[in-house]
Amino acid sequence: MGVQQRDIAPVVRTVGLTRKFDDTVAVDNLNLTIATGAIFGLLGPNGAGKTTTIKMLTTLLPPTAGTALIAGYDIVKDAAQVRRQIGYVPQLLSADAALTGRENLLLSAKLYRIPRKDRTKRIADALRFMDLQEAADTLVRRYSGGMMRRLEIAQGMLHRPAVLFLDEPTIGLDPIARHIVWDRLREMQGAAITILLTTHDMEEADALCGTLAIMHRGVIAAQGAPAQLKAGIGPSATLDDVFAHYGGGSVDAGGNYRDIRNARSTAERLG
Amino acid sequence: MQEETIVTSATRAALQSGSAEQSRLVSVAAQTAAIADVELRKLMRDPTELLTRAVQPVLWLLVFGEVFTRTRAIPTGSMSYLDFMAPGVLAQSVLFSAIFYGIAIIWERDLGIVHKLLVSPAPRSALVLGKALSAGLRGLAQAVIIIIVALILHISIRAEPIPLLGVCFAVVLGSALFSTFSLIVACLVKTRERFMGIGQVLTMPLFFASNAIYPIAIMPRWLQVIARVNPLTYLVDALRDLMIQRSVSTFGLGVDFLVLGAIFAAFIVIAARLFPGIVQ
Repeated sequence: MGVQQRDIAPVVRTVGLTRKFDDTVAVDNLNLTIATGAIFGLLGPNGAGKTTTIKMLTTLLPPTAGTALIAGYDIVKDAAQVRRQIGYVPQLLSADAALTGRENLLLSAKLYRIPRKDRTKRIADALRFMDLQEAADTLVRRYSGGMMRRLEIAQGMLHRPAVLFLDEPTIGLDPIARHIVWDRLREMQGAAITILLTTHDMEEADALCGTLAIMHRGVIAAQGAPAQLKAGIGPSATLDDVFAHYGGGSVDAGGNYRDIRNARSTAERLG
Repeated sequence: MQEETIVTSATRAALQSGSAEQSRLVSVAAQTAAIADVELRKLMRDPTELLTRAVQPVLWLLVFGEVFTRTRAIPTGSMSYLDFMAPGVLAQSVLFSAIFYGIAIIWERDLGIVHKLLVSPAPRSALVLGKALSAGLRGLAQAVIIIIVALILHISIRAEPIPLLGVCFAVVLGSALFSTFSLIVACLVKTRERFMGIGQVLTMPLFFASNAIYPIAIMPRWLQVIARVNPLTYLVDALRDLMIQRSVSTFGLGVDFLVLGAIFAAFIVIAARLFPGIVQ
């Protein structure tokens, strides 16, 4: 797997990517490459810099120094081009609850300038793929947590991005809903969409990701395939052990009040 | 693929150079419309908000207006006080509902909806214009209610198509202007708590330092200066001309719309710049 990935041109490449907030360095000189078609997991304790990294890669936050290339476009110089190449599912519930599933998708289709003649079919395909056909014309506020997440992923991939960013895609979902999301993400990998996700869920990281990077205090502490990382710790090590080893033990003063409040409210609304 | 065969490379090059700017404008217009369309759908689904927002201006007309029109305490020339204040009350309701639009933006930011808009390739100007337009359409619904109530109160409304269209245009422009101002404030203060405090502080001077419920002429000098730079004054002035019979604008309709248009354009430019900052 590792050899295979190295042969393919990277779709994401960060070059000394750095972000400071006042005196705190949230992301510190990050040099990361993600191979085309990979499912790449970014792990790390709260406040490790995962969300800041994703925000920079999705052009929501300008880097303090360094840059990144996504599908060949520079996130600082060609932000508008980068936005055409990416899909983003924030940790927060970004689907509009006051609209139907179809209306949410229609808004995405229009914002991404999907030609009118293709829109209906694209939206129908996305609804079918995410198993939301029957709920298409129901208001999203009546959706279950799993349905909302599937809708958001459908929105994120409607314009067929090169890279799909998912920030904690299964936070607050029950095990069944979680497995459905995993299955869909695996199928998308087959459709040549590269996926970068963050998660706190080691089972998810193990089951889904071909490559993992563990972030700690703004730098990559370890990177590799899950099996590789586990073997590096010990013969019977789990991913939890790997996380604890590179993530700086257990107690860490990370994450700010707003992040934690948002994570909790997302979990609450999905649950 | 099909398009490739139809459009030859020569015409394609011509199209690209000649109409790149035009297609960009079309694209901005389409994306603006998409945002406004979504807001309108939400509004149609739950119109109670519009009705509750109409309560306050109607009370102003019924209580304040009826009393002051009897006391004749405010010199309004040959106009009855109710005639004088009706456009002011409409402008006030436009101001009061638009000025808190930023709260909705902060709420959408907390939900993650704004993140989704900002990662899309839609230009920032299209995003803020779309929000402004949807606030404008909200204002329109209030205008309809206030005009109906005004007719019931025998206020001398100019019930002719062209002036009424003018009223609609002024209301949409005014709502768009103040909602964009509100969006700018939201981008600066970023939290709901701080916004609530500032929103309250802003509405009072904007309303009372204007010609909405009394003529500028009776104000002290310093307040007159403030009133002259207050966009609400120009909105009221235009509405008074367009809404009420035998009432002529003080500054001229052209000046009114020019001032409102210029301020709105400036606000859109500033808002488009600041909008991405709301998620940082």
